Amino acid sequence: MMKLQPACFVLWFLATAPVLAQPAVQKAIQKQLILSEDGATIQLDEGTFTFTGSLSLEAKKNIIIRGKGMGKTVLSFKGQTDGAEGLRVSNAQNITIEDLTVQDTKGDAIKTMNVDGITFRNVTTEWTGTPGPTNGSYGLYPVQCQHVLIEKCVAIGASDAGIYVGQSKDIVVRQCEAHHNVAGIEIENSLMADVYDNNAHDNTGGILVFDLPDLVQKRGGHVRVFNNTIRQNNFDNFAPKGNIVARVPAGTGMMILATNKVEIFSNQIINNKSVGTSIISYYFTENPITDKGYYPYPSNISIHDNTYARERGYPTRKGRMGMIFRFKLKFGKDVPDILWDGIADATYAHPASMDICLRNNKNAHFANMDAEHGFKHVSRDMAAHNCELTPLASNNDAANR
Amino acid sequence: MRYQTIAVLIGAIGLFMGSVAYTIRPAETPAAVPETLSEWGFFTGKLAAQQPANGVIPYRLNTPLFSDYAEKLRFVKLPAGQSVPYNAEDVLAFPVGTVLIKTFYFPVDFRDAAKGRRLLETRLLVHEPAGWRALEYIWNPEQTEAMLEVAGDQTEVAYLDAAGKPHRQPYVMPNLNQCKGCHNRHEQLMPIGPAVRQLNGLFPYADGSANQLAYWQQHGLLTGLPDLATVPKAPVWNDPTTGSLDARARAWLDINCAHCHRPDGPAATSGLNLRYTETNPTAWGVLKTPVAAGRGSGGRQFDLVPGKPDASILLYRIQSTDPGVMMPEVSRKVTHREGVALIQEWIRGMK
Repeated sequence: MMKLQPACFVLWFLATAPVLAQPAVQKAIQKQLILSEDGATIQLDEGTFTFTGSLSLEAKKNIIIRGKGMGKTVLSFKGQTDGAEGLRVSNAQNITIEDLTVQDTKGDAIKTMNVDGITFRNVTTEWTGTPGPTNGSYGLYPVQCQHVLIEKCVAIGASDAGIYVGQSKDIVVRQCEAHHNVAGIEIENSLMADVYDNNAHDNTGGILVFDLPDLVQKRGGHVRVFNNTIRQNNFDNFAPKGNIVARVPAGTGMMILATNKVEIFSNQIINNKSVGTSIISYYFTENPITDKGYYPYPSNISIHDNTYARERGYPTRKGRMGMIFRFKLKFGKDVPDILWDGIADATYAHPASMDICLRNNKNAHFANMDAEHGFKHVSRDMAAHNCELTPLASNNDAANR
Repeated sequence: MRYQTIAVLIGAIGLFMGSVAYTIRPAETPAAVPETLSEWGFFTGKLAAQQPANGVIPYRLNTPLFSDYAEKLRFVKLPAGQSVPYNAEDVLAFPVGTVLIKTFYFPVDFRDAAKGRRLLETRLLVHEPAGWRALEYIWNPEQTEAMLEVAGDQTEVAYLDAAGKPHRQPYVMPNLNQCKGCHNRHEQLMPIGPAVRQLNGLFPYADGSANQLAYWQQHGLLTGLPDLATVPKAPVWNDPTTGSLDARARAWLDINCAHCHRPDGPAATSGLNLRYTETNPTAWGVLKTPVAAGRGSGGRQFDLVPGKPDASILLYRIQSTDPGVMMPEVSRKVTHREGVALIQEWIRGMK
């Protein structure tokens, strides 16, 4: 019964595009996304297409959304008036998004939720112009997904994280480039993630591994970060306040917040002016904790065989951490590469180290900031952390689909 | 040469039309969907008069979702001879074959219904054997028919509000995917409104005013209704005689936010649960830090700060009309000024 007369349809389209109607291309693509059958490939042409509202794909299986290449097929949301993201995929299986660019969305660029099997390949998400707090939050944003593969993607200008994987499981992020975001790549409350061969540069923080309270998927971990180049992440923090990443000090190479079972190895962590790698508990954020099921301490962190380098100079002077650097830690121009807040769980088996093991890192200097006692006894003694943990198993399943 | 060009052109047009026809064809689902609202036969007489046919029952909710000041006509049609069992808490479990019908319109003048109205869209929720299905019908300018539209549309509406002030605003009608943005429970499409607590109130039926639940029971639509005095009743958000400030604010948040902000809803990822039943203050936002709010935080630290509406992210987001900030994310182009005032007062009085 739903037969449209093609000729009438086309003529109507061309003749009467009424004021305030959605752009024809938006309607056409959205219609395709709704009507496509499982297994379909939605091919997008080369060119720049402007949208006023979100596109969405819902409850589909084995769909490929494919452009003609990054920078060739550009979905621009400049002037977006509707919807909280550019493209949203939900409740789906085996979805691939590839060879396209999503630009200037009001909120997140591409959000995928409850998808088992989501691949982003050769996708650029970017906010054009000078990075600022009015940019959207996340570039690539899979949340509550399983089997996540993000490869050869580029993320620029996100006011939270360029590549953000949240509350997900079985994850590979590789061969991506993230720059001029607040966080380049962030793995949050997620399990079984491999993050490798990426280039995170000129963000506020290069690569973050976070566990936060009050969430559905409480416990992340089993995260491996290796063979990445994490360079010059000294960009001033431009996240809107209230967000956890607004607390990341400019000049952070890597930050591990309250996550357990993290292995960081064979990375080049270079010229991040405040800290190469920081390991902190949720207490360090000074946010209240009421979630009884939440474990606020990082533990079982293995940092080995990385190369650290840092030009002599002051760390950030901005924000709370800037104050701590200036008035408490007083490292001057020689800031240690690896900083632990020293806030320990007294009931943990090895509270002195929390099983944070540092071994065989090139040029790595360390300090325990002793934040628990008002930074009174800052210690550069690494002896308690001279230990080795069993390497975590590979999480490459996600990539082998 | 010229003929050749024309031939190529005709060929190209043919190809294009063929591709359009091909694109459209998959919509012919096994159970064909009527292309017009009138084909459903829900109404008698002139379609725009929205006079329900036999077996189509109008209803209303105590505290409805705000939809850009649009007025709504709601109807339910149960399959002949069937009924829905009472349950105190949740949305009623309507049998397969039920259709929920909701027509959105704007009066020309909110002070005087006699000046007429403009019908914009009629949304259906159809309970099929495989689950609920959403359909969207958009009214034509002549107001003689509403046509099926999967990709939604946008238009502009103009009206005089209850104070006689003129308004002109954009109005967005959802595409079918957006329906599930809200009507989503465990990724299943679900009705939101018709729970007994929302239906427990009077309706001016053609044969006199009556409690909706009592009326449904009398007409065989509802079974197992206990003594009305024991049935939960949602307050009317803007009527202080129906509940405390706290109860009315929670009812407003429940219907406007909790379709997503619930443990089995699409915003579960935020950890914020705005169901009226939630008892953990952190879960409904008190001194709770945001998770993925981005610039939606408005530079504020917590979802709700007792006594400080202007430090509360929740208020910031229900005030905003910026698509990257505002809540709810869809289905709203203007701020619900009276709803915002209610939440403001509620936060201010919170200890």
